[in-house]
Amino acid sequence: MASERMPRRGLLISAGVLVAVLASVSRLDLVTAFAEGSDSLGELLGFLRRFAAPDTSPAFLAKVGQGAIETLAISLIGTLLAVIGGVLLALPASGRLGRPGQAAARFCLNLLRSVPELVWATLTVLAAGLGPFAGTLALALHTTGVLGRLYAEALENAPAAPEAALRGAGSGAVAAFLYGTLPAVSPQWVAYGLYRWEMNIRMAAILGFVGAGGLGAQLYYALSLFQEAQAATLIVAMLGLSLVVDAISGWLRRHLVVA
Amino acid sequence: MNAVVRDPAARGRATALVLGLCVLWPLLQIAEFNPAVLFAPGNLATLGGFLATFLPPATDADFLGLLAAATLDTLAIATVGIALALLIAVPLALLATRSLSIGRLDGRLRPLSEALRLCARGLTLVLRGVPELVWALVFVRIFGLGPAAGVAALAITYGGMLAKVYAEILESTDLTPARALLAAGSGRLGALGYGLLPVASDELMSYTVYRWECAVRASVVMGFVGAGGLGQLMDQSMKMLNGGEACSILITFLLLVMAADALSAWLRRQVR
Amino acid sequence: MISLAALGVAYADGRRALDGVDLSIAPGERVALIGPSGAGKTTLLRVIGASLRPTAGHVRVDGVDPWALSGRALQSLRARIGKMHQAPPIPPRQRVVTAVLAGRLGQWPLWRAMASLVYPLDIAGARAALEPLGLTERLFDRCDQLSGGQLQRIALARLLYQQPKLVLADEPVSALDPALARSVAVALNDDARRRGVTLIASLHAVDLALSEFARVIGLRDGRVAFDRPAAQVGQAEVDALYAGAPVGDAAEAAEPAPRTRLTRCA
Repeated sequence: MASERMPRRGLLISAGVLVAVLASVSRLDLVTAFAEGSDSLGELLGFLRRFAAPDTSPAFLAKVGQGAIETLAISLIGTLLAVIGGVLLALPASGRLGRPGQAAARFCLNLLRSVPELVWATLTVLAAGLGPFAGTLALALHTTGVLGRLYAEALENAPAAPEAALRGAGSGAVAAFLYGTLPAVSPQWVAYGLYRWEMNIRMAAILGFVGAGGLGAQLYYALSLFQEAQAATLIVAMLGLSLVVDAISGWLRRHLVVA
Repeated sequence: MNAVVRDPAARGRATALVLGLCVLWPLLQIAEFNPAVLFAPGNLATLGGFLATFLPPATDADFLGLLAAATLDTLAIATVGIALALLIAVPLALLATRSLSIGRLDGRLRPLSEALRLCARGLTLVLRGVPELVWALVFVRIFGLGPAAGVAALAITYGGMLAKVYAEILESTDLTPARALLAAGSGRLGALGYGLLPVASDELMSYTVYRWECAVRASVVMGFVGAGGLGQLMDQSMKMLNGGEACSILITFLLLVMAADALSAWLRRQVR
Repeated sequence: MISLAALGVAYADGRRALDGVDLSIAPGERVALIGPSGAGKTTLLRVIGASLRPTAGHVRVDGVDPWALSGRALQSLRARIGKMHQAPPIPPRQRVVTAVLAGRLGQWPLWRAMASLVYPLDIAGARAALEPLGLTERLFDRCDQLSGGQLQRIALARLLYQQPKLVLADEPVSALDPALARSVAVALNDDARRRGVTLIASLHAVDLALSEFARVIGLRDGRVAFDRPAAQVGQAEVDALYAGAPVGDAAEAAEPAPRTRLTRCA
């Protein structure tokens, strides 16, 4: 239909993108920054070489193990709290408790979701002090926003007939929901929860950067002190941990959701 | 016949419950789960005092200037980061995808190209396996505080992600035209340009734009470890417990994300 | 049991689904509703079932006007009414035992409903309800493993377990094959006869209505066309009821659509 105009518009957009990239490069003064970086190329290579020999002393590995378990705990508890919070907010957000409730719940979910975990962490560190609990809370807050919205969508898409039929047979609202709608949405809820857990294990490893415990705190420390060998071990541990969680979550998904 | 019937699932459920509690209880301890801490007077006072300074948001001219500059920095980091990520992703994706494999066409796999393909896949895995924030922290050590570290971190992780998704898109599109070209003796790049890209270009563009939107968020977050932009400014305000500034930055961030969403949606409509 | 006087239901667009219906049904009567699609059968059942408020006239069910009751009393009235639908409203991932026990949610307190989700509290009762339908083996299977016909019989078992004083069945058998349809219709009538409860069913299959039910009411265009004992309904009357029904055949053909919904179960 607009076949003659399309190429010109495409050209304009391409040119716009190119200009944006060039403007960005000049704004950030990247050429000098990278040039300075490559000035110290030898230093950079040495830095990377020290990364290639991870610290595997038993004492340090034990510490890493502890950090890994702490990270696991943060991610799991944080996700579980978020599942609970998500369900509690999804019920009003799907419009079950009237219009005002829906608007209020949606606003809460949007706020929780838009603020990144790391920003929440800077606040929860104030509220709960440095340590894993702050990380757990930060994860829980952001994830509640994400899950709550997904859960509400699942509720809205669930077939209404089973619950309506139970209500028509004199059942109370709560019981009708538990027997009529919950079986339809719970597999989706579990699947979303597991999926977020896989993302949160990676995030939990990072939250330590702002003082929220786990592997991240150790990595921040190691990199601040230029202990590249230990940093390398910690990064490998993060990768390993997220692979383990992926495997557990996949197994749970197969048994709880697909079966 | 009339024997008492038991629920066969009950034993499994009870076991799962006990197991779950056995795992959960120690984890709760390790995570130092203790909601009472939130209501400890000291913590309440700190947080309350901080939140109380959120209103009114800081609006003095000096600060707003800083804020605008940081916002532009953030956008620039995301844009250059994605541009560099493309430079990494395109060759990697072409090496990694099976759609341009000549060996697969005639059934004789060439060991060299297969090995190359495997290497490319391994490299994308490593690049995107480490979170961008960790890369940022590493690059801050190399390039010093500032946007360069953020750009490098974005380029590397998003390069890996884009390469993986590009390869998948190329494999999931209709391969008949490309296969026909390869079978007729065309080179790999010829088959890509005339066989694959016409089919897949919309999806590739659309995904790239979507990633740019993600990069805007990521570049803000990376600021917290010193990689420049809005995040670094927010980190400073938060550390100094300057609530008014933190509030202004937070609002700017939310608006920026919304604007990036809208721009990305518009761009994706254009390529469709 | 039920008395309707000058009953009317009009939709917002002014279309009248029911118009001036006067009807009285005594306790223990077994009534079949027949009539072409769009005659108002479903609407009538919804009004009697206290699910739809009529826009004109009076309705009394079990001696009371449902719309004059408090919320709690209305709920307990509904708990005494059992309903069957064309597509069984049972979540696919629910187990048969839970689906059957859901029949008494209206009588159970909330704590009991919740406890029963963790461990089915009345396995024997659910089993007894499934027994006459030949489905006891499927007690702990999930509903998505059942065929459409089996699922409809689970819905019937739920109804039997609920032990309502009034049974309303809206096209309970039109998605089933003829043999199964007859057996479900027979089971509904047997239960009603044995417990002396009132049964009202709308049916597409006129032969089933005439052979299994005591009283037949013909509905057309939202009005009662005839209302008499099954033995006195003549073929001419039935023909007149369906004659020139604008979409009679088309509706019949379109009817199997819910069948896919019934068996999809995903």
